[in-house]
Amino acid sequence: MAIVIVDGQEIEIGDDERLNGIEIARRAGVDVPHYCWHPGLSVVASCRMCLMETGRKDPENGEVSMVPKLVPGCQTPATDGVVFITASEKVLNARAMVEEDLLIDHPIDCPICDKAGECALQDYHFSHGRSERRADVRPFTSRRRPMGETVSLFVDRCVMCTRCVRFTREVTGTHELMITDRGSGEEIDVFPGYPLANKLSGNVVDLCPVGALGDVDFLYQQRVWFMKPHDGVCAGCSRGCSIVIEENQDRVYRLKPRENPAVNQWWMCDEGRYGFHHVHSEKRLTEPRRRVGDEHENIEWSELPGELGERLRSAGRLSALLSPHLTVEEAYLLAGYIRGIDSEAVLALGPIPVEGEDETFPAGFIICAEKCPNRRGVEEVIAHFTGRVTTFDEYLELLENSEIRAAWISGGYKSDWIDEPTAERFAGLDLLVVQDLFDSPLYQRADYQLPGAAFAERQGSYVNHVDRLQSFDWAVRAPGGVHVEGNLYWRLLERPGMYRAEAVMGEVAREIGYFAAAAEPYGPIGLDLKVNLLAV
Amino acid sequence: MKPNDPSIRWIDPPKLGLAGKMYLPLFLQGLRVTTKHLFAPKVTVSYPEQEPEIGNPLIYRGVHRLNRDDQGRVKCVACFLCATACPAHCIDIVGVESPWDDREKYPESFTIDELRCIYCGMCEEACPVDAIELTSLYNLTGRSRDEMIFDKEKLLSVYDQTKDAEPMQSGVQPQPYGGTGVSPVDRRRNTGAAK
Repeated sequence: MAIVIVDGQEIEIGDDERLNGIEIARRAGVDVPHYCWHPGLSVVASCRMCLMETGRKDPENGEVSMVPKLVPGCQTPATDGVVFITASEKVLNARAMVEEDLLIDHPIDCPICDKAGECALQDYHFSHGRSERRADVRPFTSRRRPMGETVSLFVDRCVMCTRCVRFTREVTGTHELMITDRGSGEEIDVFPGYPLANKLSGNVVDLCPVGALGDVDFLYQQRVWFMKPHDGVCAGCSRGCSIVIEENQDRVYRLKPRENPAVNQWWMCDEGRYGFHHVHSEKRLTEPRRRVGDEHENIEWSELPGELGERLRSAGRLSALLSPHLTVEEAYLLAGYIRGIDSEAVLALGPIPVEGEDETFPAGFIICAEKCPNRRGVEEVIAHFTGRVTTFDEYLELLENSEIRAAWISGGYKSDWIDEPTAERFAGLDLLVVQDLFDSPLYQRADYQLPGAAFAERQGSYVNHVDRLQSFDWAVRAPGGVHVEGNLYWRLLERPGMYRAEAVMGEVAREIGYFAAAAEPYGPIGLDLKVNLLAV
Repeated sequence: MKPNDPSIRWIDPPKLGLAGKMYLPLFLQGLRVTTKHLFAPKVTVSYPEQEPEIGNPLIYRGVHRLNRDDQGRVKCVACFLCATACPAHCIDIVGVESPWDDREKYPESFTIDELRCIYCGMCEEACPVDAIELTSLYNLTGRSRDEMIFDKEKLLSVYDQTKDAEPMQSGVQPQPYGGTGVSPVDRRRNTGAAK
């Protein structure tokens, strides 16, 4: 057990913990300003913002001897007997000098800089800088050049922390970014002809502590202080990265990664990051409709539960196709509803979109080939009800070769998931209910067309490809006319009050062994369901 | 707080003396004020026949205007600080990349709901480039609510109308690097991915 002293406070650290000055100070409740250090990248100690006084306490006589010069906290290991002083006058002076140096020719264009409001330079200058500018240069604009399709560099705003350069070297292994020139002429750049074009490029924007790297997709869309962050889980692939959904007035403006050591560390891929635009697509379905003859007419949601329940009860053999975009709770409710009407109903897993192969980056980040968030969760729910998982192909066979008379299809796919010939195989049914995000050949054939929700509108839990359960709440309200799947199933089951995903998860954890671990409370980084499987 | 709260100290009104009970001294006191104002110079005007005189038009808080820079373009850089400061939420801006080289961002649309505005002047105070100002135009009328939602063109035309009577409060233009848009430390060619 090692003891480190931070500002007179004794902090105990475990034997196998390797912390630096910044991390140990954070444990003592002190935020040490820093630009170049990031927990996911190597240490360069180049920004000099985290300079601290340090020394060592002699274990024999308890005397403390200090190092005469200031040292960067990010590079100083917190070992037994080390003393850190984070806020002496000497330290504060050093910080003020660093801030002044960085701001000598930093453009004062905060009003139009997208980073304003979440900028480390702004914040640190406010808390550690000098109140007056002594330099006589008052630049207002910054030069700008594209680094690639997704990222734009505002050259003069850069403070040369080199986080982005280290990111492309250490995390993606693609080495696109570099530093050109020296001294005050240093700039970030790409090699001529090799733009920043890797699958994780958007992360350099999050890494940038100032407004030098701008996200082209988000640029000038919204000032950051207008947006409200919501913890979520990315639905782009079966990896299920922890994300923050930032929204203003029910419009999602950007997704950012949320630190989760068990899944995505600090990163997320561009596909997930920019893959939310379908949420606000003009083509979203927003009206529940019922087939009358060859036409569809609008119906009221309030009439739906009674009418639909009656039709399903008189339909004969039922079946349901559970989309891998459903949350665990939604899949459980839908399966329970259909099986509640017909206890022999067929439950099948929706088609799993697969693109290419799983991709692993040098730092361990994984992009999965399965482009749906919850195959494992839905599989386990189906297995609980029916004993085995019927795949989509098997289901299509069953449609033709068994006495299935009615089908409830849940879609929710971002892109076209069913073609005309496949949709034709549903022709023999007496009753077809389809809930989906976008129009499809199958949707056109439906007797009941129900608009469904996108990932940012759902609440519930996803289980990723390695059995990690992560729960999240909705970030935006669904567009008018759309009932989120969970809410609809809740009403169909005639349960009292509002749909609450936590309550359903409690039920799921009690009933399905696979989810048993979820009965105990778990944090924002989720829960490994396999832990329980090993115990059994 | 309830009436029987122990921290409340109840006091009785002071008892009236003889003069107070007679009512006459107070009556005379009031009459004195009335007579004084009868002969004092008048401060009211009979609007609308007579227009009031505005003391200092530069600090009057009337209809907004959007200033133009020396090239006649809208001066606003679409930073949303006025919209952020606005307590009535009456400013709506759509900011996009500007078509000009010396500026990064400009408002594609800029609308103020003059009916919702409370004329507090916070927008003027928040503006980092002195693009939005309140003029001394006070008699604002319209035939419909839509007419009172001022868009960018309307706000610029208010500037054109009032710029002579009320000059811009700050003539300072934001300075680009070295006046040429190039950083003083920019001694090197602009490499990087092709634009």
